[in-house]
Amino acid sequence: MAKYILKRVGYAIVTLFVLVTLTFFMMRLLPGDPFTGEKQLPEKTMAALNAKYGLDKPVTTQYIMYLGNCLHGDLGLSLNTNRPVTTIIGEAFTYSFDLGIRAVLMAFVVGVLLGTLAAIKRGRPADTICMLIALIGVSVPSFIVASVLQYFLGLQLYFAMGKTVHLFAVTGWDGFNSKILPVFALAFGSLAQISRLMRTSMLDVLGQDYIKTAKAKGLSQKAIIWKHAIRNAIMPVVTVLGPITASVLTGGFVVESVFAVPGLGRYFVQSIQNRDFTMISGTTIFYGAFLIIANLVVDLAYGLIDPRVKLEEG
Amino acid sequence: MDKIDKSRFGWVGSDPEHREGLSRPSITYWRDAMNRLVKNRVALVCLVFIILLILSCAILPFISPFNSREQHLSETNQSFFTPCEDSRFEGQNHMHIFGTDKLGRDTWTRTFEGGRVSLMIAFAAVFVNLIIGIIYGGISGYYGGAVDNVMMRIVEIVNGIPYLIIVVLLMMILKQGTFTMVIAYATVGWTGMARLVRGQALSLKNQEFVTAAEAMGAKPSRIIAKHLLPNALSVIIINVTLAVPSAIFTEAFLSYIGLGVPVPMPSWGILAQEGSQVFQVYPEKLWIPAIAISLTMLSFNLLGDGLRDAFDPRLRR
Repeated sequence: MAKYILKRVGYAIVTLFVLVTLTFFMMRLLPGDPFTGEKQLPEKTMAALNAKYGLDKPVTTQYIMYLGNCLHGDLGLSLNTNRPVTTIIGEAFTYSFDLGIRAVLMAFVVGVLLGTLAAIKRGRPADTICMLIALIGVSVPSFIVASVLQYFLGLQLYFAMGKTVHLFAVTGWDGFNSKILPVFALAFGSLAQISRLMRTSMLDVLGQDYIKTAKAKGLSQKAIIWKHAIRNAIMPVVTVLGPITASVLTGGFVVESVFAVPGLGRYFVQSIQNRDFTMISGTTIFYGAFLIIANLVVDLAYGLIDPRVKLEEG
Repeated sequence: MDKIDKSRFGWVGSDPEHREGLSRPSITYWRDAMNRLVKNRVALVCLVFIILLILSCAILPFISPFNSREQHLSETNQSFFTPCEDSRFEGQNHMHIFGTDKLGRDTWTRTFEGGRVSLMIAFAAVFVNLIIGIIYGGISGYYGGAVDNVMMRIVEIVNGIPYLIIVVLLMMILKQGTFTMVIAYATVGWTGMARLVRGQALSLKNQEFVTAAEAMGAKPSRIIAKHLLPNALSVIIINVTLAVPSAIFTEAFLSYIGLGVPVPMPSWGILAQEGSQVFQVYPEKLWIPAIAISLTMLSFNLLGDGLRDAFDPRLRR
């Protein structure tokens, strides 16, 4: 067990290191430098600025400085707002995290239920409907789902109801009615993926001998499904929680932009459009670190949940 | 060893009357899979749709009277089936079938030309991934041992980095263009295919027919080309089909957040992004690319599912 954990943590650290290195050298490769603007600065000012940010030193020194700063949690100042990147991330990520965790939860719960339902009602209309929903979810990009929801439920429904009640707010992140649409838009793709996986896994489990035994000893259908089938079938779904977190996080880029949620994803897209390089590299490292740690947690949790996985061998 | 004269070997022959009964002519694996695919209505419809889509994206922009870049400033933001009233097309009775965008460009032409760009990026990206994946995974799987260990550790690290973030970074550094998109996608996208090919190679190389081929003195190149690849081909085809929608999605996603192909060039992602800016007033500007992207991704997904059922009926659920 200890060896497995050590190995996983080791991987996570190496991956993180590669990510930081990659980000640093990619940012170095960008054409121009942060101080070239519309106005040509005097030589001396340039030199002073370069010295202030350590840009006059050789690349290796800069790289080591950068690594050190990252370890201290210092990701530099945003070129646009001149505020520390970490502060901006700290503020914006609370919204993103709120949105993301709701989306992951919704995707997981609804996906598992849909998949289970489809597997139990295999070949019947309920199965077809569930899998049709899942197929649409897999095939329609999140930004389209977001726009469709915003247009029909946010806008047209509001018009249809005589512009009185906002059942679903179109933008923002304050009241409960403003959270439904973004969460659903963000969760839909992952929800579909989970329900497809859950259906396959559930069908597999339902064909096992221990289910037959449970039936033979006279357990009710309900008890069989909840006590025996779901617990076993849910295992493969746990393994995709890592990738699901990643897709929810990156899906946040567009969903937050569409619904004007003041989260980190929206900030990231804005800084891409403004070419705010420190913000971009800072956010990249933050996202990368977050996902790598999330993957690590999922990996370790999987070993804990399922006693059949022998961690020593992994 | 003595040289045995070849003339001492001869065909014993078989008596067709006493052969164990083969009542039907044998069908090959591929024919069998084809038969099953043809029986699968949904997959067949998707295949036809994809072929039609590719053909229309290739041909329609050429036969359209309008150019995707040409602006009709007197008729911007028109709706479906608006007759063209531009002075350049006077008396020719042309029609903007899908209307025009905010610069008066014909949406019909732009949609299909955009489809061409999007599909080309997707196919090229998947193709590059496939090539890298086959070579990398093939080497890793065939040689095994330490080579495999090191190569798979590298894959694991590349895989650990969230790919969309790296693609975004790459897109910022490289000059925007279709080629860049392919490169950016391929830089991180090959790991899935490499893992798949490696898994196939690992499981296949220990099978009896490979041992038999080795015993008969076949060279590694022959074993890989004649025994390993054909057997892994079905799995590869399925995964290529399922990789195309994810590449289309990536293109659309990148264009949507402003890292797409350079400006006058249309692509479905660009059209969706342009549409989303005006969609409260002209919702159809977003619906057209949205439907195009969704339908294409849906057909590739369904075709992939159908192919999987056809190639491996055991997996059918």
